[in-house]
Amino acid sequence: MKIFATYNIKGGVGKTTAAVNLAYLSAADGCRTLLWDLDPQGAASFLFRIKPRVKGGGKALIRGTKTLDDAIKGTDFDHLDLLPADFTYRNMDLLLGGADKKPTRKLGQLLKPMAAEYDHVFLDCPPSISLVSENVMHAADVLLVPLIPTTLSVRTLDQLTEFVAGFNGRRPQVWAFFSMVDRRKKLHQEITRDLATERAGVAATPIPALSMIERMSVERAPVTAFAPRSVAARAYRTLWAEVQQDPKP
Amino acid sequence: MITGGLREFVADTAEGEDFSLAAVRSELSTEFTVRQEPGAAGSGMHRRTWLDTFDWRLYKAGLTLRFEQARRGGLLVLSKADGTPQAEQPVTRWPRRPGLAEDLPPGPVRDRILVLTSPRALLPIVKATSTVSVNRLLNADGKTVARLVEDHVTVTAPTPTTAGGTTAELPPRLAVAEVRGYPSQARKAAGLLASVPGVSHASQSVFIAALTALGRHPADYTSGVDAEITATMPAPVAVARLLLRLLDTVELNVDGVLRDIDTEFLHDLRVAVRRTRSAIKLLGAVLPADLAEHFKVEFKWLGDVTTPVRDLDVHLLGFDALTEQLVAASPDDLEPLRAFLVRRRAREFRRLAAALRGPRFRAITDDWRKALLEIRDVDGPRRRRPTAAVLARAATGKAFRRVVAQGDAITSDSPPESLHDLRKRAKELRYLLEFFAPLHDQVAYRKVLSDLKQVQDCLGEFQDSEVQRHEIHDLADAMLAERAAPAATLLAMGEIAAQLALSQAEARAEFAARFARFAGPAGRERVRVLLAIQTQGRP
Repeated sequence: MKIFATYNIKGGVGKTTAAVNLAYLSAADGCRTLLWDLDPQGAASFLFRIKPRVKGGGKALIRGTKTLDDAIKGTDFDHLDLLPADFTYRNMDLLLGGADKKPTRKLGQLLKPMAAEYDHVFLDCPPSISLVSENVMHAADVLLVPLIPTTLSVRTLDQLTEFVAGFNGRRPQVWAFFSMVDRRKKLHQEITRDLATERAGVAATPIPALSMIERMSVERAPVTAFAPRSVAARAYRTLWAEVQQDPKP
Repeated sequence: MITGGLREFVADTAEGEDFSLAAVRSELSTEFTVRQEPGAAGSGMHRRTWLDTFDWRLYKAGLTLRFEQARRGGLLVLSKADGTPQAEQPVTRWPRRPGLAEDLPPGPVRDRILVLTSPRALLPIVKATSTVSVNRLLNADGKTVARLVEDHVTVTAPTPTTAGGTTAELPPRLAVAEVRGYPSQARKAAGLLASVPGVSHASQSVFIAALTALGRHPADYTSGVDAEITATMPAPVAVARLLLRLLDTVELNVDGVLRDIDTEFLHDLRVAVRRTRSAIKLLGAVLPADLAEHFKVEFKWLGDVTTPVRDLDVHLLGFDALTEQLVAASPDDLEPLRAFLVRRRAREFRRLAAALRGPRFRAITDDWRKALLEIRDVDGPRRRRPTAAVLARAATGKAFRRVVAQGDAITSDSPPESLHDLRKRAKELRYLLEFFAPLHDQVAYRKVLSDLKQVQDCLGEFQDSEVQRHEIHDLADAMLAERAAPAATLLAMGEIAAQLALSQAEARAEFAARFARFAGPAGRERVRVLLAIQTQGRP
């Protein structure tokens, strides 16, 4: 089982759309895939038309009175299941903090029994830097970081890379990719081109800012499913192929 | 294709119910939005073939094996009778069906069925073509919460069956497939489906439904004698019924012998012939004398023409077991013998096939059936006496007394021929017990049969070892004559002959104890009870 997580400290940078589309593409490849919507806003659950509700809430899951298995819902797509969001996830930091001796490893432990059932797990993280995000970074094999092409966001990536490098033992592979790229903006063009070639761990495939991606909230489905031939779907497909490989050194 | 873990229904189109798929969709529409899902997993056309041995070994073990055809090759799926999957393996290069399980590439299905089916081949029993369409059942959010699977199945028999047609269309099969996390929605959909007129829960698997539609039923072949006879039936009628049942077995196996599908077709055919000969000898007095006399000769001929191939089959089937016993010689030393046996079998098989395709065999089966049907169907006072029960008691009692007399006379100094003769008498007794099995008390019958089997096994081991030992000598002579016998092979054959002599000596040593159990006071009492209960007028 390989765990992918979409993470950024900022909101509105394309984490959920990336998680939803890449999870769909993984399932379409025939891999048994689970997407865990960890964001209490429940955007990924909404996109799959699944109610953002878990019986017993985040507490039951973290304390183990309910297994992840009990809360999983099948999506409309083959091989793709979803663990829905729940509004109580907003308190997950507190729950994890009171968990046990290793509060930063709890999510990873909860996911372990899923290995027999799934080939790929995607974690869609809420925007924050918190115990939840630290848990996610420890659980993940690949950290997918959407970046808006600005100088500041590049700085954020540096900080994140440094943070992960400080982990003892197992560290996730960091794969950044440019998201919401506006081809009309010169700065966007320059940063995406330069960084992808100069820096390790930055995907060559950018995800453009397109109204087709925004349409996902109307269609309530991955763009890769309802418009598979669109430019947006093609970009996600290329990105998916790229992030399954090791980043260039 | 509908697979396990679903709520399955069948639409009863046969009884004039006003079933229609539109009604199903309309009923479901009261709670769900029903949307067709073209290209859904499992939709489209599927071809399946169910396989089993001629004597239904998988079915009798509670298993079903099907081959799901794909574009290239396919998938072999072994499941329990209730559809629970047991094992599956892809087969890309297994085009020859019927085939032996040992011809399959290594895999979990082969591992599970090899011992169970060997040495029988897997035959196609039923072929089915399914056209599957899938509908999504959506909730108010437009989320798929269950699926309705419609399966239209056309089934064909691989070979024309006597009863029923060769192609049949099954009533449409419907299933509600659960979406993970939405069990209550699937239950609700199943409840709606069950309320549609003409729709009922599927009580049979597709396989069993297909067999029924083709006029067959599972396990419809057995090599046993299960003629429908009763105690009060006129003896000639009962004997005719027995002999017709044996003739059926002979005829059912001819095709498998001629196509050389596996060795057991010939074996079953020969057993039926042997039983027929015994029945003519021991019960033929109730048949017209000239008829019994004529067919005694004819069935002897039929038995004789089948002997050489069966003897060679026995050698080849037991070949690996024989080589495993070698101590001094290497198994490779015996390979020239195996090649020799295979060549000889091919030659003998051509002779056998010619005989079974020839006019004499056809005349035997046709004339015998005609004569037996006449006896079976002719009613009248002359057929009234004796009854089947009287005949059974007289014949079985006489056969038992003969076995006891011959067995009692055997001492440690008796020649092998006396044991061979006793073996024949024991076999005759066994056949008589089996012929009249429906008339016996089943508990008493099983006790007697079990003791008799012990004696037969011992006598069989003794004689088979002796016969094989002589055959090894004959084969060595024949191989030398054909210059096909390297010295190492002859030495290994010598070792095999020595092993056989040892087995024979062991069997001889065990004989006295086993026979005493069968024919001693307790054994005699068991036979007396068996025949007494039977004559007390069981129906």
